[in-house]
Amino acid sequence: MSDVIVEWQPYLLDYLPIIIFFGIAVAMGLAFLVLAWAIAPSNPDSEKVSAYECGFNAFDDARLKFDVRFYLVAILFIIFDLEVAFLFPWAVSLGALGVFGFWSMMVFLGILTIGFVYEWKKGALEWE
Amino acid sequence: MNSSEMISASFTLVLPEVFLSVGAMALLMLGVFRGDRATRLVSWLAVFLLFVAGVAVLQGPELRTLAFGGSFVVDPFGQFVKILMLIGVALCLIMSMNFIREEKFERFEFPVLIVLASLGMSMMISANDLISLYMGVELQSLSLYVLAAFNRDSLRSSEAGMKYFVLGALSSGLLLYGCSLIYGFTGTTNFDVLRETLIPGGLSIGLIFGLVFLLAGLAFKVSAVPFHMWTPDVYEGAPTPITALFSAAPKIAAMALLVRVLIWPFTDVALSAVPEWRQIIVALAMLSMVLGAFAAIGQSNIKRLMAYSSIGHMGFVLLGLAAGTQEGVRGVLVYLTIYLVMTVGVFACILSMRRREGMVEDIEELAGLSRNHPLMAFALMVLMFSLAGIPPLAGFFAKFYVLVAAVHEGLYTLAIVGVLASVVSAYYYLRIVKIMYFDEPAEPFLSPIGGEIRLILGASSLFLLFYVVFAFPLLGVTDLVARSLF
Amino acid sequence: MIIHAITFYTFATVILVSGFMVIAARNPVHSVLFLILAFFNGAGLFVLLGAEFLAMILVIVYVGAVAVLFLFVVMMLDIDFTQMREGFLHYLPVGALVGLVVLVELVLVVGQASVDLSAVVHAAHPTPDLSVRSNTAALGDFLYTDFVYFFQAAGLILLVAMIGAIVLTLRHRPGVRRQVIADQVGRKREEGVEIVSVKPGQGL
Repeated sequence: MSDVIVEWQPYLLDYLPIIIFFGIAVAMGLAFLVLAWAIAPSNPDSEKVSAYECGFNAFDDARLKFDVRFYLVAILFIIFDLEVAFLFPWAVSLGALGVFGFWSMMVFLGILTIGFVYEWKKGALEWE
Repeated sequence: MNSSEMISASFTLVLPEVFLSVGAMALLMLGVFRGDRATRLVSWLAVFLLFVAGVAVLQGPELRTLAFGGSFVVDPFGQFVKILMLIGVALCLIMSMNFIREEKFERFEFPVLIVLASLGMSMMISANDLISLYMGVELQSLSLYVLAAFNRDSLRSSEAGMKYFVLGALSSGLLLYGCSLIYGFTGTTNFDVLRETLIPGGLSIGLIFGLVFLLAGLAFKVSAVPFHMWTPDVYEGAPTPITALFSAAPKIAAMALLVRVLIWPFTDVALSAVPEWRQIIVALAMLSMVLGAFAAIGQSNIKRLMAYSSIGHMGFVLLGLAAGTQEGVRGVLVYLTIYLVMTVGVFACILSMRRREGMVEDIEELAGLSRNHPLMAFALMVLMFSLAGIPPLAGFFAKFYVLVAAVHEGLYTLAIVGVLASVVSAYYYLRIVKIMYFDEPAEPFLSPIGGEIRLILGASSLFLLFYVVFAFPLLGVTDLVARSLF
Repeated sequence: MIIHAITFYTFATVILVSGFMVIAARNPVHSVLFLILAFFNGAGLFVLLGAEFLAMILVIVYVGAVAVLFLFVVMMLDIDFTQMREGFLHYLPVGALVGLVVLVELVLVVGQASVDLSAVVHAAHPTPDLSVRSNTAALGDFLYTDFVYFFQAAGLILLVAMIGAIVLTLRHRPGVRRQVIADQVGRKREEGVEIVSVKPGQGL
């Protein structure tokens, strides 16, 4: 597998803080879990661990159906998220792209704007 | 040449696609500002748009020309198939107008999505790069998934859309996996570069796997056995005009894409060696013809029957492709043309099967049609005879050309299987004729069927009856067109 | 160099384990969480390969949006997951067979070890050295000009996705009364107030 790994690149050093950060985050997360398990007193009995619902036994499953409306919002969000993702490389290399690159993105944004006008007029952005 | 010059040169070549995309967006805006009552207007404008795109296709260059750095190709082959596809889409759109009104889901997105689907198909037909292939396939399929589930208050329609989407997504995954293997082993996605690289070197194992996955993905789109599972359910559940669209236009586009992918980069014409992909296509063709013939026998729903029938016909088209010669490609083109006419005609009939309580789809409901609607019965009889391949109707010639091409390449077993499958399938086509002419009449259908449907039905059966008149011009054109791929 | 190898194998192992856990976890919400873990590690692998932009997109789009959508869907559907799992053993042989076929194919492809780097000469735009041009800028140099056809096609696909989502899911509930701010602001005195002069002793 050694040919899969490209040789050491200096840019990877830039990611060192992130790696350290992740290391600390994992260590702390684990530490709290382990500490709680090791130190906290734990004497469970059947009454203690049963679900509590204002003095009654639980009526039904805690999982409730979401309105499909949430899904519509999420999917519209993804579409615009992807659109924005296209903006990053464009912004970075706009200087080298020239007029054509600029208008290329404007046409792309125009297509998405048509979609945006459509969903606005359809009332997909309104919450009833 | 810098990129802006490249674009202005390319722009004239993609004019049909530009018309379709800009037009679709304009229609979307018109619809959203005028509301659903403008659906009829949007539909007719969409038909006009398809017509304009067709005119623009005909204005294209006569020689093979590349655009956008080789990722888009305009050649006579693509132009011919695009015209076929646009005609198919336009006819289905015209037939859908009354249907969506009476089934109460007349919404303006319907024609807009159909235009966007035809844009995707047009991109597929002109794809000269694995990425443009995938883009076209996705644009087309996404629109069609939505159209299949368009009648969202109907459980069957939603189910059809869901099934189509899940299996279509799977096939797109296979397609992409194949593309990435091909790219990984050659370092290019462009068909022209692939052609230069592959033909001298032959295919390595990795490339063959890539090709197999690519073919599996495309076989889903043309619903060739064993990738046909979605077809009957989706055909049955989708709104009938959409079923007509499914069985006509996307099949034609996907088949053209299949032909281009296999013939252009993967076939060594000069050496006339047996191409590596032939055995795959032979297997797909054989299985499709046999399953299409046998599975349709027990069907009682006419849309399901047409699903199996289209699987069988796609098997015959693949038979022409399996030959891999210019003659084979000509056979494919003639077959697709005649198949389009037959499919649109049959669905015009299905759309006229209307009673006071709504649409009926059972074959038994056709009983005694000859007494209630003699002209429609006669047209349907011509269509069924043609589908069965009985001379001198067009369907016979379609099968004849592909069989001859296969025999010339020594594919005797495949040709014999094809003839036998054709004989078996004649049984269920003729059964419909028998029900129409010899069974006790059922309640008649609502009489005044739409003028446009009557026109389409009449025109298609006349074409099939008098195919002999059209045969020579069609053969001449397809011969010329097929040559552009070699 | 050794650090590089360690990071690679860490990411790769975690991806494999969490990928397995996605299908093995009992609770579907846990599956989604494991999927997110797999996405993060995939992003790590992309960084190791120098594909920084893809790594960031994986985090922004997949973790930030797609995984959220998955969570919505898992929560939206009222499915008895224990009941759904009953078929698991039933389908296991078929699934295992398909997996095996794919595995054999992969082994054949990789085992042939003909990943011929000479093929890269066909690449129209080879990846520039990262110290010269950053990954994101290198993508941007070509995506909007040379690949404008694909780029605009992607825009149209997004448009279809938008139309499709709205066509299939948007329903307006009848009889919802909304606040129309323009109407409120545009209200005139004459519409709201009526002056009636009442004579003394008569009332209205």
